[in-house]
Amino acid sequence: MTNPSLGTTPRLDRWITITADGTVLVRSGKVELGQGVLTALAQIVAEELDVDPSRIRMVPAATDISPDESYTAGSLSVQHSGGALRAVCAQARQLFLAEAAARLDVPSESLDVTDGDICAPDGRRTSLWELAGVVALDRDLAPGTDAKRPDDYRVVGRSLPRVDVPGKVAGRRRFIHDLRPDGMLFGRVLRPPSRGAVLTSVDEQAASRVPGVVAVVRDGSFLGVVTEREENALRAVAALRTGTVWKEADSLPDEHELPAFLLAAPTEETVLHDAGTTAGPAAGSVHARFSRPFLAHASIAPSCGLALWNGERLAVWSHSQGIHKLHASICRSQGLAPENVVVQHVEGAGCYGHNAADDAAYDAVLLARAVPGRTVQVVWTREDELGWAPLGPAMVVDIEADLDAGGRVQSWRHDVWSNGHAHRPGPPSAPLLAATHVEAAETAQPAGDPPLQNGGGSGRNAVPLYDLPGQVVRTHRLQTMPLRTSALRALGAHLNVFAIESVVDELAALAGADPVEYRLGLLGDERARAVLQAAAERAGWGSSAADVGSGVGLGVGLARYKNRGAYCAVVAEVEAETHVRVRRLTIAVDVGLVVNPDGVVNQIEGGALQALSWTTKERVRFDGRAVTSRTWEEYPILTFSEVPPVDVVLLDRPTDPALGAGEASIGPTAAAIGNALYVATGLRVRHLPLTPENVIAAMDP
Amino acid sequence: MTADQAVSLVVNGTAHEVVCDPDTPLLYVLRNDLGLLGAKFGCGLGLCGACNVLVDGHPVHSCDTPVWSVAGKSVTTVEGLGNEGRPHRLQETFIDEQALQCGYCTSGMLVTAAALLEREPDVDEAGVRRALDGNLCRCGAHNRIVRAVLCARTCRS
Ligand code: FES
Ligand code: FES
Repeated sequence: MTNPSLGTTPRLDRWITITADGTVLVRSGKVELGQGVLTALAQIVAEELDVDPSRIRMVPAATDISPDESYTAGSLSVQHSGGALRAVCAQARQLFLAEAAARLDVPSESLDVTDGDICAPDGRRTSLWELAGVVALDRDLAPGTDAKRPDDYRVVGRSLPRVDVPGKVAGRRRFIHDLRPDGMLFGRVLRPPSRGAVLTSVDEQAASRVPGVVAVVRDGSFLGVVTEREENALRAVAALRTGTVWKEADSLPDEHELPAFLLAAPTEETVLHDAGTTAGPAAGSVHARFSRPFLAHASIAPSCGLALWNGERLAVWSHSQGIHKLHASICRSQGLAPENVVVQHVEGAGCYGHNAADDAAYDAVLLARAVPGRTVQVVWTREDELGWAPLGPAMVVDIEADLDAGGRVQSWRHDVWSNGHAHRPGPPSAPLLAATHVEAAETAQPAGDPPLQNGGGSGRNAVPLYDLPGQVVRTHRLQTMPLRTSALRALGAHLNVFAIESVVDELAALAGADPVEYRLGLLGDERARAVLQAAAERAGWGSSAADVGSGVGLGVGLARYKNRGAYCAVVAEVEAETHVRVRRLTIAVDVGLVVNPDGVVNQIEGGALQALSWTTKERVRFDGRAVTSRTWEEYPILTFSEVPPVDVVLLDRPTDPALGAGEASIGPTAAAIGNALYVATGLRVRHLPLTPENVIAAMDP
Repeated sequence: MTADQAVSLVVNGTAHEVVCDPDTPLLYVLRNDLGLLGAKFGCGLGLCGACNVLVDGHPVHSCDTPVWSVAGKSVTTVEGLGNEGRPHRLQETFIDEQALQCGYCTSGMLVTAAALLEREPDVDEAGVRRALDGNLCRCGAHNRIVRAVLCARTCRS
């Protein structure tokens, strides 16, 4: 498989610099999102070069120096950036050894490397650092250098503590919100009161009277302030709000009839998979409809961006997942030459997909234009973060399985209705938020879906992993987008896996079979079988066969992320009458080669808890005009007392390629909870979230 | 809005005087006047705990605490829990347990837990969870955080 990161950036010295002072500078285009990726990449570099991990310096990504590795998304960083760095470092090591061999006049195979020291059999030595100025890396990666064999790994495969943790617990490590360049000003935006609202008049006087206001910016329906002190920016926004008049109209669907809205909207149909049906008439069938509401990213920090204009030159700081795409968007909307704009990545709080990071950066660009020579920092309010950031799309999934006289599946249809899951910046169809509010407004097209060969969007994991005959899988992508949607962790896999696993459970019940045994009967993939068996065994499956409706139950969920990423099986123990309480999660995962075991466990555990929160609690609320769930009271997420113990078993596959871990546990966790809820209550609750309201509704379908 | 005034406060053992509107949230004074950027802005509404600091040993939301109300009181931020040479026991156990993902919630967790252990040195797991219920974490680091707090307790006694 070709590595896309190397395809774009084949030159060795674009990736690494070995310095005379004993450090290795590494430029990855992937960025830290709180997932610990920089530590994993540093481990790969240290391994291939044979140097101590403490010598590795991960250079913050910026558009003028870093390889363009597109987005940090889709659990692909270790595959793409890690794979590229492994190849680059293996070759660099070979070049250094060749030079050392020539100098020491010994064959290069006889040299031994320990923490950068290169030693000949007779004890004479040199080092990577000594040869740093001599060996040129200004060449493209050539084929033919083998990386180390996994058997020889010493750094990869260890739970190396993360490089960023000590600074973070000391309160010293800087997030983008903590940047304080000299002379920095505080910017805040006054968003319209509702979707599509148009500003008809504004009185800027009240805002201008707030002390320390440097600028009040208006461009069409985009409004903002720039002040010397942060608290005054908030006051100036409040003052500005009182002086605005807006033209508003209803534009959002009825939140109580979301599935009906999705089913009735104009859609584009795509057939993802069609195995045809040859079977005769069915003896029976199972039909079930599932839905989830819109979901919010709900990062603990609201989005933030900084910008500084100097004449025609523009510097931007962002926690974007794709700084090169953000760069392209800014250049287009501002009519700037690419060489005049630099976007630098700075770490933000946890990022779970395409959130408002890019939008906040563009807010800063618009506000900073009014104060050339001074950096402006924009931090969104919590209300705007929950109300205006892109949302994870609401979805409906319909599954119909026809059965033969023996109760075996003879055909299987899976249909998904959803807004697209990809509306990332870059193309003109996906303008940054403020660009849709300014006078010369750009118009957003409805979100699209990545093609299935890239993992799909609405249809992610819609093709079952099981050997089921006659599969037809279709997506129906909405051609209208009342609420802006884009990528949220796992994309469509959350509801698709929930739905598939629910129906498979029903089929097992119809067949009078144990859910784990029934699944094993439909699974040819050895690795899928192995995670399922490992999770079941660890959870004590089968030893405590509870009666359906007894108030407590175990349920299982299984998926291979994107059908070609990590394998993950989850067993959930749920206690429920109407209120769902998850008592325990047991997870088995196979991510191929494990670079940092504790890092993988942390990601799997974090993903599972986020999925638990979405599945049991979360729902974006809105009225006819605007999102109304704009604080933690109206959009509650999982709290400490609701978090169950999570037990993660890692299956070791050192000779299989490394697969990402960030999203693998989402779908299986949701499914396991739903299936356990059925055992606890005897109810198939198919509409998320699994709140008392929806549980009660399921009693009377 | 009130006119600017001088407000005296003691932060991490050092006396400071800042001139600002006395209604300014303590969080902004800490971050923008005193350069103590450990406490974070998460919601500004007292609902997430990211901005938590200790005032006379009690956790408060610095985002909705006006600076006038802490005049003459003792404020402790995450930076004041320990220092590089002598970290607080919790800072060590957070590293041991790798008790975070993004770490944005971490300072609020640390100061809240530090006050808890002072108040209840023998607190049990359910007590730790209850005490941290007002501190939100979106990354799902909860169980690691609980383990780190429990371990700081055990190793203390
Ligand atoms: S920022 Fe203070 S509680 Fe959220
Ligand atoms: S570690 Fe990211 S919010 Fe807690």
